[in-house]
Amino acid sequence: MNGSTSVSNTSINNNEKTDKQQLKHMMKRKRKNKFFHAVFFISTLFGIAALLLLLGQILIQGLGWLNWDFFNNYSSRKPENSGIKAAMVGTLWMIGITAPLTFIIGVATALFLEEYAKDTWISRVIQTNISNLAGVPSIVYGLLGLTLFVRMLHLGPSILAGALTMTLLVLPIIIVASQEAIRAVPVSQRHASYALGANRWQTIVKVVLPSSFAGILTGSILSLSRAIGETAPLIVIGAVAFIARLPDGLLSKFTAMPIQIYTWSSQPQEEFHHVAGAGIIVLLFMLLAMNALAIFLRNKYQRK
Amino acid sequence: MTIVNIDQLHLYYGTFHALKNINMNINEKSITAFIGPSGCGKSTLLRTLNRMNDMIKGVRIEGSVNIKGENIYAQDVNVELLRKEIGMVFQQPNPFPKSIYENVAYGSKIHGITNRKQLDEIVETSLKNAALWDEVKDDLKKSAYGLSGGQQQRLCIARALAVNPEILLMDEPTSALDPISTLKIEELIQDLKQRYTIVIVTHNMQQAARVSDETAFFLNGEVIEMDDTATLFSNPNDQKTEDYISGRFG
Repeated sequence: MNGSTSVSNTSINNNEKTDKQQLKHMMKRKRKNKFFHAVFFISTLFGIAALLLLLGQILIQGLGWLNWDFFNNYSSRKPENSGIKAAMVGTLWMIGITAPLTFIIGVATALFLEEYAKDTWISRVIQTNISNLAGVPSIVYGLLGLTLFVRMLHLGPSILAGALTMTLLVLPIIIVASQEAIRAVPVSQRHASYALGANRWQTIVKVVLPSSFAGILTGSILSLSRAIGETAPLIVIGAVAFIARLPDGLLSKFTAMPIQIYTWSSQPQEEFHHVAGAGIIVLLFMLLAMNALAIFLRNKYQRK
Repeated sequence: MTIVNIDQLHLYYGTFHALKNINMNINEKSITAFIGPSGCGKSTLLRTLNRMNDMIKGVRIEGSVNIKGENIYAQDVNVELLRKEIGMVFQQPNPFPKSIYENVAYGSKIHGITNRKQLDEIVETSLKNAALWDEVKDDLKKSAYGLSGGQQQRLCIARALAVNPEILLMDEPTSALDPISTLKIEELIQDLKQRYTIVIVTHNMQQAARVSDETAFFLNGEVIEMDDTATLFSNPNDQKTEDYISGRFG
């Protein structure tokens, strides 16, 4: 309390006054606290409400169209015969190629940059470039894929070209995520390992990777789920929207789920919008499943 | 018997002259303490003995460190083998996020021992030598992170002993521990002296006086004085040593 050190009568009166002022001030602070509490809560609600609205709309639109035939049919001119089989298989093929490629190259790059590379200007340039690449718009990767894989390497608008383009797109993200996970392993543990006579490779395999594996895996899966949802680069490299057979090899023409959904939703017939809704439900379900897998693996490999 | 001989050693961190003309002999199966104020170079010298300074960017070394007659800074030295011979215990207990067993077995596995029975034996002996066996023998599969700070530090000592070193370097091993754990580690250090040469860096002068046979006093990168511990604390030659041990600075 202010002024409580003096003892005269007048100062006691002053004390009461300051007490009142303090009380008033206190009320003001409490109101402020409540106000901002409400602001933050409403901000959170806003996001959730938007998500629920979206989910609700899609479920209403698409749920009725989601049945076994939808999974088993190819694209068709008639909405009631349209299915997602080719697109789903195309996406799975693409991810099946992209996932191991990005994981191996990405983790190896991250290990090199964190554990081996000396702090020279070259490694700093590489580092800065990787971070910048992680923010490059996906359509730019599509153009790169078109030039490099489709035209120069003559892969055509094939699954392989799509998967390699996606690999380029996802790599910087996986590298950055893996680097962060590797950096989170305490230096003291590396020192403990080196002090016992371990070399760099042994330290990486036995100390660094086990401790950072959960983080690396989570980052990888989350960035792969971004690749699943990408449409622009695939359109650029020429993935087709209408295909009525399954891919039979790496060089087959293909389509992917987001492209298929985009095509349906741009049809004039109202029924196709429902088909698109059903497709979105399947895509969302796949993304959720991958995120759930990421959480599961993180919990499983989390350091004990 | 001298086991470590340091001859005209200079160490630079970039342009900073961190160790200046160190000449020192360390006796076999004895405890040598390094004391001195923060930043005096005592930990730096300790880390030159197993070449952990190699990992710091911009370190340059002149002079030689001879261990059992061989210069460990010679061209053809196998650093991994050197570190197997010279164990180290750090200031903060730093067990791996693995089981107690795996922590102790780590070094042996690194050096190629795969036989389960042999590993079991090494783990048991090392834990016994580190005075931890009785407390953990039923929990070998449990995480090392469940142990108390003092137990973790003894586990780190066991881990260092498991690769059968000749010299054990300890960098302020008790500064993160409570008094009871500190006492246990000090008793352990006394025991270990029978088999190992121990070099210990400590901030705590009482600790140096309690545990060591010889003490070196460091100031600004120089060894001011090194002597028999009893002599150094009761009858120092140098005025600076006397000022430090009587608490006038540092």
